Amino acid sequence: MPKYLLLKNYTGGPERHPNFAPMSEWTEDEITAHLAFQRHVGELLRERGEFVDVQALSPEGTYVRYGGPGAAPVTTDGPFPETKELAAGWFMIDVESEARAYEIAAYLSSAPGKDGQPIYEWIEVRPVLSDAPAAVE
Amino acid sequence: MNEHVVRVLAPQVLSILVRRGNDFAAAEDAVQDALLEAHRSWSDAPPDDPKGWLLTVAGRKLIDARRSEAARRRREDALSHEPEPAPAEQADDTLLLLFLCCHPALSPASAIALTLRAVGGLTTREIAEAFLVPEATMAQRISRAKRTVSGRPFAQPGDVAVVLRVLYLIFNEGYAGRVDLSAEAIRLTRQLALACDEPEVAGLLALMLLHHARRDARTDEHGTLVPLDRQDRTQWNEAEIAEGVRILQAALARDRRGEYQIQAAVAALHDDARTAGETDWPQILAWYDELRELTDNPVAALSRAVAVGEVDGPHAGLSAVEELATRLGDHHRLDAVRARLHERAGHLDLAAEHYTRAAARARSTAERDYLTRQAARLRRG
Repeated sequence: MPKYLLLKNYTGGPERHPNFAPMSEWTEDEITAHLAFQRHVGELLRERGEFVDVQALSPEGTYVRYGGPGAAPVTTDGPFPETKELAAGWFMIDVESEARAYEIAAYLSSAPGKDGQPIYEWIEVRPVLSDAPAAVE
Repeated sequence: MNEHVVRVLAPQVLSILVRRGNDFAAAEDAVQDALLEAHRSWSDAPPDDPKGWLLTVAGRKLIDARRSEAARRRREDALSHEPEPAPAEQADDTLLLLFLCCHPALSPASAIALTLRAVGGLTTREIAEAFLVPEATMAQRISRAKRTVSGRPFAQPGDVAVVLRVLYLIFNEGYAGRVDLSAEAIRLTRQLALACDEPEVAGLLALMLLHHARRDARTDEHGTLVPLDRQDRTQWNEAEIAEGVRILQAALARDRRGEYQIQAAVAALHDDARTAGETDWPQILAWYDELRELTDNPVAALSRAVAVGEVDGPHAGLSAVEELATRLGDHHRLDAVRARLHERAGHLDLAAEHYTRAAARARSTAERDYLTRQAARLRRG
């Protein structure tokens, strides 16, 4: 069974759906409904035996790199205007096929947003490489 | 309680209970309960007849679950008077369990999980570890699979192809976790071969043995993949090769060819060559031609294109690959085969390009790393 990462982006991906309204414009109830939907997706995946992991990421992050010999690490705070993508979190799933992964991603993207309408968020679907090569050459 | 009890006796007890007409899901639960009780009460002294003990206790658990005093007395009497199955019946029981666990109503992933649990006797945790998913996810997958097959009529013996496919998929999972699923698949296929006199069952068992024999040579000490033509053939397991060839020859002699027998025949020809240069490619190509008559599987056709390249030269191989290109779409092996053929034709830049594309589409880290290195080797040269 292949594993897929369903990556939720704050920004990034192809052009946004015209119905998209950022969470800052939602009411409290709309936010509550949205979060309940996320939990519901997790429960659905668990119930079907497809769940591997779910994580949310803080939007605040720091870029760190090697500073060179003997130097301290170089750090810079984000976000940056030139940064195109910012991962918000992910589901990892273990499913029968790529088609099933797409089906789940599309469902995830139908999460309710402003006025209870689907947010049509782009979900990036990335296959996870397996550890073991196939036993048959 | 040793592993023999869990891995060998528990599936036998389960199959006896199912053969007696009990519901599969209920019987499986009862066997798990009996194992728990055995775990608690056998620590000092295991019984003389552990299988009989498990059967009795599991039978009692089943009856308890029905919560009917009258039914309980009746069935307990029936259980205690039923004789132990003879060895031939045990083989039939294994077959019955395999057919049930590989029921066509199940998705492959569910059939694999249920087979490993109910026939292989692996714990849910071991299966979860082998597939790198949380234990709760695997428990849920198994539980759904049990509900799906519960109360369904058994698959007809003609459905042995479905069982073989599930066993082959298990074999191909390899050994990602703590459990060696390839070895487990071989063990289960051996059991099936004892119970089912079909040339394709023998063919699959031979295929598994002939590939498993090369396992130690397939990776170097850093875990890097070593392709067939570079493997140290002294590391191949001669006993497994000899057994695989013996089983294959007996199957082929019955003249009812099938996909597994033909793939095993190809594997046997590779295993038979002392050096890569001595490989009998014309014979391999003849087998792939026969396979093409049986199946239009494009992945098998891709393997045939490799053989065409070896027999008739890389240009002929490339033509055979291009005929498949539309059917295979962006299958990750397509570019790897193109790269290999271009390299043999001396088109080193093209070969490097295809290796790079193949690496981007590889589905395992070992394959990706191997293909990335191949591209780097050609760019340097």
